[in-house]
Amino acid sequence: MENIFVYCELENNVISDISLELLSKGRKLADNLECKLEAVIIGHNILELPKVLFPYGVDTVYIADNKKLSPYSTIPHTSIFVDLIKKEQPQIALVGATSIGRDLGPRVSARLGVGLTADCTELVIGDYKDNKTGKEYKDLLYQIRPAFGGNIIATIVNPDTRPQMATIREGVMKKEIVSSTYEGKIINIDVESLLKDDDIVLEIIEREIEPRKVNLSGAQIIVSGGFGVGSKENFDLLKEFADLLGGEVGASRAAVDSGYTGHDRQIGQTGVTVRPKLYFAIGISGAIQHTAGMDKSAQIISINSDPDAPIHKLADYAIIGEFNEVIPKMIKFYKDESK
Amino acid sequence: MGLKIIVLAKQVPDTRNVGKNAMRADGTVNRGALSAIYNPEDLNALEQALLIKDKFKDTEITLLTMGPPRAADIIRESLYRGIDKGFLITDRRFAGADTLATSYVISKAVLKCSPFDIILSGRQAIDGDTAQVGPQTAEHLGIAQITYAEEIQSIDKSSIQVKRRLERGIEVVKSKLPVLITVHGSASKCRPKNAKLLMKYKYAKTNTELQALNEDYMNSFKAKPYLNIEELNLDDLGCDIERVGLKGSPTKVKNIENVVFKSKDSKRLTASNRDIKGLIKTLIESRVVG
Ligand SMILES: Cc1cc2nc3c(=O)[nH]c(=O)nc-3n(C[C@H](O)[C@H](O)[C@H](O)COP(=O)(O)OP(=O)(O)OC[C@H]3O[C@@H](n4cnc5c(N)ncnc54)[C@H](O)[C@@H]3O)c2cc1C
Ligand SMILES: Nc1ncnc2c1ncn2[C@@H]1O[C@H](COP(=O)(O)O)[C@@H](O)[C@H]1O
Repeated sequence: MENIFVYCELENNVISDISLELLSKGRKLADNLECKLEAVIIGHNILELPKVLFPYGVDTVYIADNKKLSPYSTIPHTSIFVDLIKKEQPQIALVGATSIGRDLGPRVSARLGVGLTADCTELVIGDYKDNKTGKEYKDLLYQIRPAFGGNIIATIVNPDTRPQMATIREGVMKKEIVSSTYEGKIINIDVESLLKDDDIVLEIIEREIEPRKVNLSGAQIIVSGGFGVGSKENFDLLKEFADLLGGEVGASRAAVDSGYTGHDRQIGQTGVTVRPKLYFAIGISGAIQHTAGMDKSAQIISINSDPDAPIHKLADYAIIGEFNEVIPKMIKFYKDESK
Repeated sequence: MGLKIIVLAKQVPDTRNVGKNAMRADGTVNRGALSAIYNPEDLNALEQALLIKDKFKDTEITLLTMGPPRAADIIRESLYRGIDKGFLITDRRFAGADTLATSYVISKAVLKCSPFDIILSGRQAIDGDTAQVGPQTAEHLGIAQITYAEEIQSIDKSSIQVKRRLERGIEVVKSKLPVLITVHGSASKCRPKNAKLLMKYKYAKTNTELQALNEDYMNSFKAKPYLNIEELNLDDLGCDIERVGLKGSPTKVKNIENVVFKSKDSKRLTASNRDIKGLIKTLIESRVVG
């Protein structure tokens, strides 16, 4: 009762990063609210997975293991998750803002008749006063998200319905292990009694999911190029620089749309969110939709020939210059200095 | 074979072009300066419906849009492209609805158009980017859903096969009808307006719009019933007033902030050897790199 639920997503029967990120955030919220953190895994052949979760500070893992539950399909997962929510009455339920989470979340919220906030980038506990009724609420979940094409940041609350549900973007919360010896309990769900035959309405004919090739959210150093980099060939220069530093290449949407590099490297509101130790923004103007995905980087170096480019305001070091002059020099000096 | 298809489409402010002129001096968005457009992915959804109709001529496409009176534009835009009928769901009491309240009203309107085989919606609307109204509508109706559809591969009287576009791949699924499908922006682009249909429906109007016009217009209008765009309000749909509008919306906006860049005290450097060498040294010494 009154605990925090995290729906854990699987990728080839491995718990996906987004779920570990949510558990890490969920742990902090649970400490704040003095309640338990509970994970829900729904799939098949997953009995080994709880021990991966406990170190993140998970107090209970609910497992629904059944052939009919893998791969993910909307209605069976909705039925199991909703049934568990009704029984356990969590105060908060978190789901990833991924193609699975955004398929499942709204379905669950409509079945329970509760609110759902999509695509949050921050979660905070706080109080709320309804200005119309004057009613005051303690310890609600502030669900914070960009809206209106990224031009505004809205804080949403669900004062009266439970659980408070939100989907959270990939990469914005940090994965953090609490303790390798943290132990919680495992509760198995009796799936057969819950699934009706007509719950299985979809037949999966084919599934081709590529493994993640580019690991931007895990990279410590990111060398990102924008439209100003000008060509695919010039991106090779960025790649050389990134390889030298042991980093990954990222990109703005304008660079991706121009075909300079692949879509999986896009950073920003409609790409991935990153928070590396060091972020190079090269030939990137600094549109809000881009900076939304990188402004939490520990250090930012901008390289832009336009002294008024907004990206310079965000940078720790703003280099006003041509990237094709600056990058070769950086490569040369780095090789000299790191010898 | 003819199918009954319902398309859900929304009029949205063009948030993709929030340029300098749409931002006020105090940093807030001036919504009035943004043009109202057909939500991009809803055009992809409309095209899927039209493609089915190309194949099965007896197919009937009904479009539903919920919004203020001017959202009648969405229905005209759709009539020009080949839908059979459109309803404007409009009522002041619906104002302030979140996705749950919106999807409830839409599901009531869908029931008015029952029976149906397929509902097509966009994946998400660019004003809220929630991607919730489609799946929530399916849940209210108790029917199956297929999200992120890129291509409808085959249909027969009782089932449909669809290719879905996921973050890192594709999935092909088969579902029984009826089903709600949300269409991804990577699906076929919508066809342009048809010149003949444009001539035919140019003067299509809702009753609200008609009241602002003169009598001559009204009379010529009455002779052509196909020009009437029907409006549906709370009472027409038999909605529970507790479940609509602000009151029926469990999510509340606590506050809104404009995004402003907090300037860091950044060090400005040039491309000179001295500056670049100095920076690289600092990075190595502070162990940020190396
Ligand atoms: C709903 C929505 C979602 C979006 N999502 C994203 C997203 O996820 N990620 C994203 O990045 N964008 C996104 N965008 C697009 C975003 O608004 C910008 O259009 C985009 O980020 C601009 O990319 P850019 O900075 O590379 O290009 P530009 O704005 O064209 O900037 C190019 C920069 O390069 C500089 N330059 C040119 N030549 C050189 C040179 N030789 N050396 C150094 N500098 C040079 C120029 O001075 C300029 O500042 C989104 C937009 C919308 C509406
Ligand atoms: N007011 C509305 N009227 C008609 N369709 C809507 C409305 N709101 C949302 N939709 C449909 O639901 C999809 C998802 O919207 P959203 O959940 O707001 O991102 C849209 O692409 C539309 O197809």
